[in-house]
Amino acid sequence: MIKLASTLACAILLITAATTPVLAAERATDPLDSPRWSDMEKGILSGAPYVFDARVRVEAPATAENPLNVPITIDATALADVKEILVFADFNPILEILRFYPDAAPAYIGFRVKLQQSTPVRAAVRTGDGVWHVGGTLVNTVGGGCTAPSMGSTSSEWQKRLNEVTTRTWNEGPMSGRLRMRIIHPMDTGLIAGIPPFHLESVVLSDEAGRPLARLEVSQPVSENPVFTLSRGSNAGALHARGRDNNGNTFNVRIPQ
Amino acid sequence: MRRLLATLIACLSCQAWAAGSDYQLTPVAIAEGVYSFIGELADFNPSNGGNIVNTGFIVGTEGVVVIDTGPSRRYGEQMRTAIARITPKPIALVINTHHHPDHFLGNQAFADAPIGALAETGKGIASEGDAFAENLFRMTGDWMSGTEVKAPDQVLLAGPLKAGGRSLILLALKGHTDADLAVFDEDSATLFAGDLVFNLRAPTTPHANIAQWKDALRDLDRFMKDHRVRVLVPGHGPIARDALPIAWTRDWLTWLDKSLRESAAEGLDMNETLTRPLPDAYRDIPVSGSEYRRSVGHLFPAAEASSLQHSH
Repeated sequence: MIKLASTLACAILLITAATTPVLAAERATDPLDSPRWSDMEKGILSGAPYVFDARVRVEAPATAENPLNVPITIDATALADVKEILVFADFNPILEILRFYPDAAPAYIGFRVKLQQSTPVRAAVRTGDGVWHVGGTLVNTVGGGCTAPSMGSTSSEWQKRLNEVTTRTWNEGPMSGRLRMRIIHPMDTGLIAGIPPFHLESVVLSDEAGRPLARLEVSQPVSENPVFTLSRGSNAGALHARGRDNNGNTFNVRIPQ
Repeated sequence: MRRLLATLIACLSCQAWAAGSDYQLTPVAIAEGVYSFIGELADFNPSNGGNIVNTGFIVGTEGVVVIDTGPSRRYGEQMRTAIARITPKPIALVINTHHHPDHFLGNQAFADAPIGALAETGKGIASEGDAFAENLFRMTGDWMSGTEVKAPDQVLLAGPLKAGGRSLILLALKGHTDADLAVFDEDSATLFAGDLVFNLRAPTTPHANIAQWKDALRDLDRFMKDHRVRVLVPGHGPIARDALPIAWTRDWLTWLDKSLRESAAEGLDMNETLTRPLPDAYRDIPVSGSEYRRSVGHLFPAAEASSLQHSH
């Protein structure tokens, strides 16, 4: 019965997608005109309904000086009922960059990424109705970001400081509600011979009562020693952040307000 | 007829070649026996072929000391031709002030002469040179054809040095990179400061340590006074007869450092920091916007890290 219901829901969504002219029209052309889009549509979005939507703002420098550290800011706060933000890059050897679930936080996140070559960087934002709203921007870069070894892999410093977390919150002024968090991690992609993938996998931010505010699933392209910029919205009080990498190393810290 | 056509084609391609490969290097006499080639105040691009740097040479009684060799083999060759028009004396020594590509990729043209640099500079050229050359190929194109890394073969040390019959004093400093050499010619009181000093052209920071760099500027300032330096040749920007370019470079670095720290303390992320406007004083400085943005990439992560606090 449950299965039937979900199949029906899917069918209804598909019909809606097919019959809503705006949806159909917007879907027709990729604003970034990427030859990879049809692959992204099938592979990353698994054929689910989507629209290109200018309300999903993806900011990055048009030309990235350092392919190991390309800043990306995703702002989907103009959309209501955001369930998930999936960030990916059409031409990266590892397409998926991260998934962000803003459970009780604004749909806003900033971080840095490694890019192997010039590529669209996109955010697909899934709203409660199951539709993906896709925004993106083009980044030109020299490349080599994913196949250059991390600084960490060439020194032993990170071993002593792995998963060390530093944070800061801003409670007044123009940045009020902002949280920034840096985690020491080499974020090795596994694309370099002899260096296996070793990366942060999940981060959960919760309030004092343990209620999750936001969850992150992090993939290898996120830059070494990731720095996340998040918004806590109206959630007052201290926060907790806990995380885990793909080797089972964990952290659990309290972030005072 | 066929021959005429061939000649025509040859001429046309000859002209195309000339348009894209002549750096038009003109030595400027800046002191007795001291010359400089002045580069454009620009980024590397296909029209300047990477000629954005100041190089120079000093003619001694026995030979010529060359200071930096430019961004490509072609630049080095044309530099050598231009030197030969001034003096028939042999090249006694080539000096690479540091390991950035616009200062050593012309070394091939001087392969028959000793090429010297600080030990760390030699290591940097050996490890990063190929990547630099590749990057310059990408940014300037055909100007770079035939360019390969020729690493220095002599290690230079701080202190007095006789070369080509001139008395030099070498200053081993750091801050722009891990090893920055400044070269002082005693007879003419000319100081080649390398890229420790920029003049009215935004400084580059891919390997910079700002605290060390400012220490080096303090040392250069003192040296200028102690040795009554008459001519100061910055790595980029116009030549000066005073120490103002040192102060100018220091001011830029102080502003840059302060601005990045403030930005981190205010909670801005890298994208927001990139879009901050430049102060009025720097808005019209050549390449100030692009160098600021590059510097954010190089230096903001450290400023940001030091603005965050440990959580347990």
